[in-house]
Amino acid sequence: MSWLLRKREAALAIVITIMVLGVAAYAPAFAAPASLLGVLNDTAFLFMLVLGQTMVILTRGIDLSVAANLALTGMLVALIGQYGPDLPGLLYVALGLAIGAALGMVIGLLVGGLGIPPIVVTLGALAIYRGLIVVIGGGDQVNASEMGQSFQAFPKLSLMGLTAPVWIAAAVSLAAWIFLTRSRTGRGLYAVGGNPVAARYCGISLERTQLLVYTLSGAIAGLCGYLWVARFGVAYSEIALGYELTVIAACVIGGVSIGGGVGTVAGSLLGALFLGVVVNALPTMQVSPFWQMAIAGTVILGAVILNARADARPEKLILPEARRAAAKGAS
Amino acid sequence: MSPPVLSLRGIGKQFPGVRALVDVSLDLKPGSVTALIGENGAGKSTIVKILTGIYSPDAGAITVDGARQRFASPKDAWNAGIAAIHQETVMFDALSVAENVFMGHMPRRRDGLVDWVAIRARTTALLERIEADFSADMPLKRLSVAQKHMVEVARALSHEARVVIMDEPTAALSRHEIDELFSLVQSLKAEGRAILFISHKFDEIFRLSDRWVCLRDGRKVGEGATADVDEPALVRLMVGRPIDQVFPKRAIALGETVLSVEGLSNATEFADISFSLRQGEILGFYGLVGAGRSETMQCIFGLSRAQTGRITVAGRTLRLRTPSDAIAAGLAYVPEDRQQQGAALPLSIRENTTLVALAAHVGRLFLSRASERRATRSLGRRLDIRAASWETAVEDLSGGNQQKVVIAKWLATNPRIVILDEPTKGIDVGSKAAVHDFIGELAEEGLAVILVTSELPEAMGLSDRLIVMREGRIVDEFSRGGWSPEAIVAAATGAAAAARAQ
Repeated sequence: MSWLLRKREAALAIVITIMVLGVAAYAPAFAAPASLLGVLNDTAFLFMLVLGQTMVILTRGIDLSVAANLALTGMLVALIGQYGPDLPGLLYVALGLAIGAALGMVIGLLVGGLGIPPIVVTLGALAIYRGLIVVIGGGDQVNASEMGQSFQAFPKLSLMGLTAPVWIAAAVSLAAWIFLTRSRTGRGLYAVGGNPVAARYCGISLERTQLLVYTLSGAIAGLCGYLWVARFGVAYSEIALGYELTVIAACVIGGVSIGGGVGTVAGSLLGALFLGVVVNALPTMQVSPFWQMAIAGTVILGAVILNARADARPEKLILPEARRAAAKGAS
Repeated sequence: MSPPVLSLRGIGKQFPGVRALVDVSLDLKPGSVTALIGENGAGKSTIVKILTGIYSPDAGAITVDGARQRFASPKDAWNAGIAAIHQETVMFDALSVAENVFMGHMPRRRDGLVDWVAIRARTTALLERIEADFSADMPLKRLSVAQKHMVEVARALSHEARVVIMDEPTAALSRHEIDELFSLVQSLKAEGRAILFISHKFDEIFRLSDRWVCLRDGRKVGEGATADVDEPALVRLMVGRPIDQVFPKRAIALGETVLSVEGLSNATEFADISFSLRQGEILGFYGLVGAGRSETMQCIFGLSRAQTGRITVAGRTLRLRTPSDAIAAGLAYVPEDRQQQGAALPLSIRENTTLVALAAHVGRLFLSRASERRATRSLGRRLDIRAASWETAVEDLSGGNQQKVVIAKWLATNPRIVILDEPTKGIDVGSKAAVHDFIGELAEEGLAVILVTSELPEAMGLSDRLIVMREGRIVDEFSRGGWSPEAIVAAATGAAAAARAQ
């Protein structure tokens, strides 16, 4: 049990492998290379979004606005693509990043600057961003026929069977991993979430950290916004509706503690992969899509129970003999 | 004598309703250990928080090496070379030792990334220097309290701090660990660092310190060389004020025994707790912070389970599984932490007051507002709760009035036994007097009262009997008239046991 808790990434990887083998035994086509690559292609957006969400949750926050940000940025980029000249794909990527970051920064300013609870701010932002899509789009959707050539082509570029979003997700993962493990600011996220008072004693600014994580989460959501709209060839107000919950679920399954301060890039990616496999496997096993939510929910509850067991607080050590025993146990 | 590294001059700090520090001056010299002593609430922690940049003083000046400094944030204090080892170790459980040591000032490579090689190497070197027996990669949560203290010391050294503040560093340590910590302090001293040492334990103060400074009620009441002073003199200074006249003790005839506790123990928090309580009696529980008094009371109230022992109320042995069992048996517990455990802050005075005793206000089908209002009015008047209306949210009240609401809530259950845990902590002087007065009134009405307090004047002023706890056990019991402040403090700090041993 304790080994499982400590090596959550390893355990999750094993569970996913067993799941893939199990499904393959039932439906061999699932284990075909093309099918497995398809799972990765399908999960690319989730891979990216969990990374932003992980950084937010590490600081004891939550970002419910990611899917709305994705949809709004997608609509804005699609409109720019529709009415402007057909730009190179990478420029749209940059555009998505910038718009998403701006939308995220608004949240960061409200949370960090004014100290409003993140759940309230991001819930409000979710509603506003969704509403804005209808307003700026005039209630219409932008269709594939209205999108430029290179606008649409970019996310469909493929290398070794993996599409551009997967490669971008890999790049974002690498950057997030370096940020969280090798930069002062990144390690600071763990400090802020693990013990905000102690972080303050260490001279780490909670406000600046919050501004940063919501901006980063927004930037990633915006990036996904362009890729999503271009890949599926349509932008409208209900894109990725409710997807923020899938993103948070993947983080929790991947071992990110909602209480803050605990979580890794690898864990979150595996959490996303887990949900990606579940979502792709169930149809091949002819399981009703209605069960998919229930299965995902059961897994989330299981993960939360494991987290709660790991976080259980021991009694205080007051009696001298108890302190001695504890000291002996630890050394 | 060398000039001080750090000086405080005329420091004052005011909180709403409380003057935490008044005109305190203090010098810390290199290679010297200064002991800061005083009762709980005398202002020691406020000094620490000012020195570490958590609070900024309202008056006075801080100088480091003769240059005046203003600490706008903890970072400023840290950069000025001041490091603190805190009472409740404030660190990051989920991170490694090395990360804890260097959090906030991690060395970087040329490319701007964190230099993990250097962090690990430097932490390992620091751990060797202080002879720690764990590795730099160990997650902090696997260390004992003593080992966490070592991590904090390593953290202070990682920055070559010239002033090291130790706020009750030995409170959670065993004898052996204390010895190790002390040899560490000696080597810090030999390296020319200035150390501010805060402790309640006189043997440690005499063993370690070169100078002492005593605070009482936020003022400096004395200082000098440790060699020139003895323990009774320090205890007198700490306790100081005349105690008797503030608390007119009511003469109450004691009734029969309503509560008796026999051999109550749990694994880690308290052991062999036995006492009895009579109707109309006020039984004080005195001790240092962390002596296990609150934990014992929480167990008697059913908030935690004991492993052995028996609790008898009015002749019936109780099986307490949850607080509602205790409430049914006629117990009430007013907890120490109003904000967290006592009041439902966003709710109104009425809603708070009737929260526990709601069953009494059920009409035919629904709760009766009128009945709730009547009960709130009568308790509110009795306790002198001051608010615009009974519908005012508790969070809008002053600390003293919040505490009165919490007490009212428990009195509404018509208890036979009331446990008050630090009932006057952090409330203003006026409310304090009202609460004291009210405790006497409760006893007069025939309730039995347990008063857990860390304030000696309060303990001596109100109690009929006083039980002193230390390190999870009852170490002494005094009856009214048969006590002295010196003897009580000596029992609580372990000085009495130390004296007997010699």
